[in-house]
Amino acid sequence: MAITIDEATLESQIYDLIVLASTDLSPDVVRSIEEAQKHEDDGTPAKSVLGMLLRNVDAARENRTPICQDTGTNIYHVHYPAGQSTLQLRKIIERATERATEESILRPNAVDPVSGKNSGNNLGTENPFMHFEEWEEERLKIDLMLKGGGCENVSGQYKLPDSDLDAGRDLNGVYKVVVDAVNSAQGLGCAPGIIGVGIGGDRATSHLTAKKQLFRNLDDSNPEPELAEMETRLYKDLNSLGIGPMGFGGKTTVLGVKIGTAHRVPASYFVSIAYMCWAYRRHSLTIENGEVIYD
Amino acid sequence: MTELRLPTSEEVVRKLKVGDEVHIFGTMITARDAAHKFLIEERPDFIRPYLENSLIYHCGPVVKKKNGTWSFVAAGPTTSIREEPYEGPVMKEYNVRGVIGKGGMGDKTLEALHDQGGVYLHAIGGLASLLAQSVKEVKEVFMLEEFGVPEAMWVIEVENFPAVVTMDSHRKSIHTEVKSKSTEQAQRLIHPVT
Repeated sequence: MAITIDEATLESQIYDLIVLASTDLSPDVVRSIEEAQKHEDDGTPAKSVLGMLLRNVDAARENRTPICQDTGTNIYHVHYPAGQSTLQLRKIIERATERATEESILRPNAVDPVSGKNSGNNLGTENPFMHFEEWEEERLKIDLMLKGGGCENVSGQYKLPDSDLDAGRDLNGVYKVVVDAVNSAQGLGCAPGIIGVGIGGDRATSHLTAKKQLFRNLDDSNPEPELAEMETRLYKDLNSLGIGPMGFGGKTTVLGVKIGTAHRVPASYFVSIAYMCWAYRRHSLTIENGEVIYD
Repeated sequence: MTELRLPTSEEVVRKLKVGDEVHIFGTMITARDAAHKFLIEERPDFIRPYLENSLIYHCGPVVKKKNGTWSFVAAGPTTSIREEPYEGPVMKEYNVRGVIGKGGMGDKTLEALHDQGGVYLHAIGGLASLLAQSVKEVKEVFMLEEFGVPEAMWVIEVENFPAVVTMDSHRKSIHTEVKSKSTEQAQRLIHPVT
């Protein structure tokens, strides 16, 4: 059973979701930056940078302006009840996107790679990016993440085995490539970063798996014990690299590591790393029985 | 804390050292990917007075137009390393005194800062709301139609714009120092001695 949609209402609800995602951070993210700030030594650039980030989050919330000017690729993961028209949802999301761009909540970020022309309204081929998944529940859940170009540029993919890194086709090999990826990124992805890891799949699903991890709560624990252990180990060891906020040095290089898997063909063993900047903008909208929840 | 007033001079900039925190006052101009390519390939004369003894800000802002006047809504730095092939030649050609961006730049730019008397200033990535408040006025915009909002060249008046010197004219770079230490640690983690 599809839920009944009033297009104008849903458009304005999605617009509100975009405003929330662009101008506010989730409580788990704010908390983790506050915690990180407490752990940095007094008088260091690391401590003062983290303090400025928190002030910036407050200012963005108060002024209703984007936390970061790079409002990024808009990534939607939409879960919908059976029978819902995804084409209809797509069009509504596009209209809300145009409106948010007109009102300077989003920066016009869709550039045609051949002509170099900016479309001016954030619409274009695969823009915004939407991933639709039907589920058995009677609710519509729209997750939105704004992912800036800086952190996307330092994201990457490895193919195991990797002889330079002594990385075999197992979890220890995964550990090694993640350390290498985060060390290579330095401060370029706007550290402290949040690391989504996708193990397995083909090239495309591996990246998708990595990006899906970024929708998880920073405080959760992986239901798979081996992966939970790896997440904890990587979190601790990556923070021993000393890269620190913005790459100025310090104890906080990452705020979290989240790992997911996808089955692979025997010949391939991909590990994808989705690096997300500290401006970890993700929020969701759920509609069920006429009730609307923003999270 | 050092105040850096624009336009500045080679003498002032050569005194700046890695680790110095500066607050910037005056007129500077944004330029990023499309603009750097344009500056090198087209060598436009109209832009020279704006770059002379001033700073280039690697920034693609969110802007608003109200009653015919532009303002900056969000304006943090973008990643600088993409301009590595262009920056040295741009600084020399237009007598630029420095660059504001994030993430640092490479050896070619470090060498240009040394030769030219220039400095790399690191602004805080993602500090868009606070930095936009430092932009007091948008004086002009060039190449808006051709490049679009993020890549146009915005001439801005800033006040109290905070940044840290992370590369100076004495061939020092915080970025190389941090990377060399973190790489040692990464090697220990990746290739543990058993």
